[in-house]
Amino acid sequence: MEKFETLTAVAVPIDGVNVDTDQIIPARFLRTPRKQGYAGFLFHDCRVDQQGRAIPDFALNQAVYAGAGILVGNTNFGCGSSREGAVYALRDYGIRCVIAPSLRDAIKARPGTRVTVDLPAQFVEFPNGERHKFAIDALNKRCLLEGLDDIALTQRHAGEIAAFKEAYKRRRPWLFQPAPAGR
Amino acid sequence: MAQPGREEAQDSVMRPRTLFEKIWDDHAVLALESGETLLYVDRHIIHEGSATPFERLKDAKLGVAEPAQTLGTADHYVPTTHASKDLFDNPEILRMVQQFEANIAAHGITGFSLGAPDQGIVHVVGPELGFTLPGTILVCGDSHTSTHGALGALAFGIGASEVAHVLATQTIWQRRPRTMRIALSGHRSRGVEAKDVILAIIGTIGSDGATGHVIEYAGSIIEEMDIEERLTVCNMSIEAGARAGFVAPDDTTFAYVRGRRYAPAGQGLDQALHAWRGLPTDAGARYDRTVDIDGARIEPMVTWGTNPEMNATIGSRIPQPAEMPTAAKGNAATQALHYMGLAPGTPLRDVPVDIVFIGSCTNSRIGDLRRAAAIARGRQARVTAIVSPGSAAVARQAEAEGLDRIFIEAGFQWRRPGCSYCVGMNGDLVDAGKRCVSTSNRNFVGRQGKGSRTHLASPTTAAASAIAGRIADPREFAAA
Repeated sequence: MEKFETLTAVAVPIDGVNVDTDQIIPARFLRTPRKQGYAGFLFHDCRVDQQGRAIPDFALNQAVYAGAGILVGNTNFGCGSSREGAVYALRDYGIRCVIAPSLRDAIKARPGTRVTVDLPAQFVEFPNGERHKFAIDALNKRCLLEGLDDIALTQRHAGEIAAFKEAYKRRRPWLFQPAPAGR
Repeated sequence: MAQPGREEAQDSVMRPRTLFEKIWDDHAVLALESGETLLYVDRHIIHEGSATPFERLKDAKLGVAEPAQTLGTADHYVPTTHASKDLFDNPEILRMVQQFEANIAAHGITGFSLGAPDQGIVHVVGPELGFTLPGTILVCGDSHTSTHGALGALAFGIGASEVAHVLATQTIWQRRPRTMRIALSGHRSRGVEAKDVILAIIGTIGSDGATGHVIEYAGSIIEEMDIEERLTVCNMSIEAGARAGFVAPDDTTFAYVRGRRYAPAGQGLDQALHAWRGLPTDAGARYDRTVDIDGARIEPMVTWGTNPEMNATIGSRIPQPAEMPTAAKGNAATQALHYMGLAPGTPLRDVPVDIVFIGSCTNSRIGDLRRAAAIARGRQARVTAIVSPGSAAVARQAEAEGLDRIFIEAGFQWRRPGCSYCVGMNGDLVDAGKRCVSTSNRNFVGRQGKGSRTHLASPTTAAASAIAGRIADPREFAAA
């Protein structure tokens, strides 16, 4: 996993409350193998009209937000289907950080501004030095900073997992009866 | 590392606990000081949209830790017009199905591909085969995994990288959610379906009303429901923002589980029943939130907007955005009505429809099809109407009862099982600007196809609407 420490990039605000994952990536694109790249699918139906023309009102189509690396969502951004395709689309487009709505007004007031996200120190900084603290749980912070993925983290606890499983299987034997083969 | 001390362990035995706490405590392998708990996973269900997790395992040179605890079935992308791979007209989907077959075969996972006698929607197949059991933790890479909570399981959807994690370790990291009890008192009035009950709940608490919580559904309305109805209620927990939703197991649950293929039998069942009877919430246990709803007042419901919270009783009018409780909700309603092509004040029953879909993990079980067929019998659909049974087993049962004939004679299409029009991944899509009454679970913008307009409703409301060619009250369609 790629490490995340600090990032300075243009922040693009996406309008609309309850922007769900169907909007972030319409379901029909999810069949595509990840290796082909998901950048073109990001907000596809918001960016492009029925005739395939770019919709000028949509922020990602505006020159001022070209090359954005940070997205500023509104309330309940990313609700809906728990589809990682939405994250792949953001990532492949170049978005490495999503900021919750609390900084929305500050960022909308300065279109195209480059902000810095400092994960070790946990703040977002504007070019004028204005800083906003953010919270993140210690585990996610550690994994991002070290580029440690979840499986690698869990494997560090292999001994405890094995001990748990042994006791659990004694306690709940009916969950481990040999099952008849499927059809 | 925070290890539960002796005192703490003692306390957890003595202190009254909710159903949720009992399941959580039973599965906690270890807890980190940062707040994450590593939970053991009893049951994992995968579908053909799992190629990326298997690729991840391959790249990391990892195997599947406990293949017997995972079950696979193809549902998200499979065609519903035919059950044979020979007839595939979409090479991309054919490749996904073949990849799924190869992945489960390579790892010794039991699974059902297209055309198999046990194939069906993940959340229909799991309960149907007794794979879903009370007191278990069940996960699946699909947001409607909360469905399985109907059996008294803690069941929740996970993302693709978590699917890989569960395959590799049979565990999952979770932060402990808060608990919410929703109690529905009274008795359902005539013509009110489980779908109406859950839509009414979401309308009451809002689409983010249970964010950060797990919901325990309780009260006489829930106790009187059969398991299929409880599956419908639990299915849509996530549409209220909840991580999971469940019902305490009772005699209805035990009777349902008994005799199913993967359910315990003999001495194993006796041991299981003993443990399961101890699962319901102890007297005096506390929830973080409780909500009481007068269930007797619930009526048939239909959505008018672009999230499941935007619903109303079927006899009412489309609301005025200006009368919404907050300005934000008013704006959301204005946008939603614009997308839906609806004017405030219009009676819902005057809204014409173009297509009706009966199916999905919410409402495609045999009881759903029986009640819908009772309305369709001897009548004619005025619009395109599609029925997709939830599994091959449901389809066989329905065909044995002649429900397929009733639907076909009434002008409905009788399809094969799959997620179909609920999510449109297989190409079953509603055209732009067309209006669909659907028994599925999400009416989001573009969910059933770009520009599609979805009205969520029960199977009886859907069947009645197909007959009427407009949104219709099923209570006006007594069995012909």
